[in-house]
Amino acid sequence: MNREKLLNTAVILLLLAIPLWAHMAEEPFLITLATKVAILALAGVGLNIALGIGGLVSLGHAAFFGIGGYAMGILAAHAQNYEPLAEWPMLIEGTNQMPVIWLVAVVASALAALVIGALSLRTSGVYFIMITLAFGQMLYYFAISWTAYGGEDGLSIWVRNEFPGLNTLVPLEFFLICYVILCAALWFAARLARAPFGLALSAARQCEARVETVGITPYQLRLTAFVISGAITGLAGALFADLNRFVSPTMLSWHTSGEIMIFVIIGGVGRLFGPVIGAALFILLEHLLGGISDYWQIYLGGLLLIIVLYARGGVIGAISGREVAHD
Amino acid sequence: MTDMTDPSGAGQVLKVSDLSKSFGALQASKNITLDLRAGEIHALIGPNGAGKSTLIKQISGELRPDSGSVSLLGRPVDDLDRVARARMGLGRTFQISALAMEFTVLQNAVLGALGARGGVFRFLGNVMRDKALVAQAEHALERVGLLSDAKRRTADLSHGQRRQLEVAVALTLQPKLFLMDEPMAGLGAGGSQALTGFLDTLRHEAPILLVEHDMDAVFALADRISVLVYGEVIATGTTEEIRNNAEVQRAYLGEEEPV
Amino acid sequence: MSLILILEQILNGLQFGVMLFLMAAGLTLVFGVMGLINLAHGALYMVGAFAAAIVAAWTGSFVLALVASLAAAAAAGALVELLVIRKLYDRDHLDQVLATFALILIFSEGTRWVFGSFPLFLDVPSYLSGPISLPGGIEYPLYRLTIIAIGLVVAAGLFWLIARTRIGIQIRAGESDREMIAALGVDISKLYTLVFALGAALAGLAGALVGAIQSVQVGMGEPVLILAFVVIVIGGIGSIKGAMVGALLVGLTDTLGGVFLPQLFGLFMEPASATSVGASLASMLIYILMAAILLVRPSGLYGGQH
Repeated sequence: MNREKLLNTAVILLLLAIPLWAHMAEEPFLITLATKVAILALAGVGLNIALGIGGLVSLGHAAFFGIGGYAMGILAAHAQNYEPLAEWPMLIEGTNQMPVIWLVAVVASALAALVIGALSLRTSGVYFIMITLAFGQMLYYFAISWTAYGGEDGLSIWVRNEFPGLNTLVPLEFFLICYVILCAALWFAARLARAPFGLALSAARQCEARVETVGITPYQLRLTAFVISGAITGLAGALFADLNRFVSPTMLSWHTSGEIMIFVIIGGVGRLFGPVIGAALFILLEHLLGGISDYWQIYLGGLLLIIVLYARGGVIGAISGREVAHD
Repeated sequence: MTDMTDPSGAGQVLKVSDLSKSFGALQASKNITLDLRAGEIHALIGPNGAGKSTLIKQISGELRPDSGSVSLLGRPVDDLDRVARARMGLGRTFQISALAMEFTVLQNAVLGALGARGGVFRFLGNVMRDKALVAQAEHALERVGLLSDAKRRTADLSHGQRRQLEVAVALTLQPKLFLMDEPMAGLGAGGSQALTGFLDTLRHEAPILLVEHDMDAVFALADRISVLVYGEVIATGTTEEIRNNAEVQRAYLGEEEPV
Repeated sequence: MSLILILEQILNGLQFGVMLFLMAAGLTLVFGVMGLINLAHGALYMVGAFAAAIVAAWTGSFVLALVASLAAAAAAGALVELLVIRKLYDRDHLDQVLATFALILIFSEGTRWVFGSFPLFLDVPSYLSGPISLPGGIEYPLYRLTIIAIGLVVAAGLFWLIARTRIGIQIRAGESDREMIAALGVDISKLYTLVFALGAALAGLAGALVGAIQSVQVGMGEPVLILAFVVIVIGGIGSIKGAMVGALLVGLTDTLGGVFLPQLFGLFMEPASATSVGASLASMLIYILMAAILLVRPSGLYGGQH
């Protein structure tokens, strides 16, 4: 086992061990933090498929995160008010069942990613960055002006949604749900990177001409990657909203996109566990620095600047060497 | 202009008719007509800046000509992009290596085999454990003499080895014709000789349109040669005819005495 | 819906567009010449507004405040260019995005640290406040009209600078070929600092001018930054002319859409939902415009092939 794999194993076990210990020590706040790490890491795993493998610098992933969040908020709000979502052409009721909410979140964010991706992937480079950012902001402003679902104030639900057979109100049980989903996503991302699709997508990032010359269209690869990426980030959004029992336009704002990207980079872009380590560090910093100063993001900015200018492999790169492993 | 193209069109794998392309005031291609027939190596020579690469790009579909037409295997391909032309069987190597530099040598070759086979949209399953793909990739690497380097990172290869890998990736596509843009550059005498020997046998699998500066290789390999000067084909003919063509001597070979 | 209302809204859209142009011009120049995407451009807008508010509070002079906004933003821009941005020219876009995002965090939180979260106020000077009568019986705020005038003068100056001066020639040469301008004996790093500071100064001026209508607060530059991106995508990267056309299109579309779409929906819907649907749709209008232009011209109205 090389150092990166060792580190990955340690991190994923630690992420499980801490909440288990906190559960016994009756420190629910720690469990909530660990849950937040797992959920943000999931969002990062999604982004990393587009960004790390595909090289698509999307500054609009908050759109998918927020759509997932609103999928939860809207369905749950209708369920708690006993108002159907639609009566025509067929009766659609709200729901407080997580699996249904997740499905809706994944489908809705995948559709949004399909539309946004289809348009923005017609361009590349700096255009792509600005356009993904702009479409993300469009949804942000839309959410603000959409008063039916809370507008600027967002949407609260009273009780966390349910999962068959579990009591989601127990912090540890909700954590375990998120943890299992994160592990599944990591497994999928690892398989994807090695699969024919991952090989071609990675090649398209490194050299577009090469991919075209062997008869593969980069646009289709990238659009598919963007949709998968958006769907995973959307699922993370639904969980995040459930964790807070609240969704607001902030989830859609470009700062959220930037933050997801930041912790993917801090962890190590293109590394399987980059998002996990990055999210953990991000939450840790937020609470350590946040305890010292209200203006902790200054330090975050400084740290990010140093990493970008001087340590481009992120944390995993610093620990296990710069080369991204391929086998 | 000496035009030796086959008027009947029999056995034409590639046909370029009356192709023109300008960049602003610079006319890079001027009414270029040439063809490539089954079983042959057709060399394209000319001084730097004569428009060889521009012509290759128009044939492969990277650049659109201003006017004129390209046919592959008897079918006009002017409306097809380079992906579609690659799928029709056009295998191309680049003058400046276009390879996935983070990949191993084998991964680059597997990518070629994957492109040829199809099935890119598979999300599970380790592509490097796909026996058929790897076998095809390794076979191609072996043919160009790179199999022993299969595990090396492409970025660590020498320039010559990258050219060999370019050829290997093109081989994995099992193309109907090859477009090779200076495959010998950076190879050194030994490598160049080995590749010359290999291309000599390769022509029977698929004909080659060969852009090359190495005149020894060109005169050893080519069935026919076209000479491009200032975007214009000033002569096409057998090696013998080109060697004895006064216009070519003046325009191009003057200072560089052929073998 | 009267003609006067429409004309008034057109002037509002024009004013908004002109301010967007000041933002977008710097961004598009920096991209065109240095190939750099700068998310921190909105921070420079904020710096200009804060400098203006402070100097106005000190001296009571609006003109001095504007001068201060130009100077402070240019100085901040030059400093940032020397310390950070210059290390990013040869990096990929991802690094540029991250580093300039880091700069936003530093600038925003730093400003919040020093000035707090409460907005500062920058008052319109008495000689520019109040309405003025325009031909046709339109009463229009003099200050907004002044903004339009200043914006147009700056735009004209910028066109002149690019088209006619030595620096403009160097800038245009830098867009097409970095090596060529090095061969011309131009000190590239000085030119880059200058272009960056110029872009920053324009953003700072816009911040100060708008700051007198809205409030001067942390984060004020970000919504404008994103609109400026939309402007650049529409106009085409690197093109000053594209930035002008894009800015006016976005300014007019956003302003007119915000006012008239709810009224339009009111024609066939009940008033409450017409207002809500109209407002939601109006907030998306410029992005829909951007998408439509992208479908037809992926590199913008006046874009080359970046």
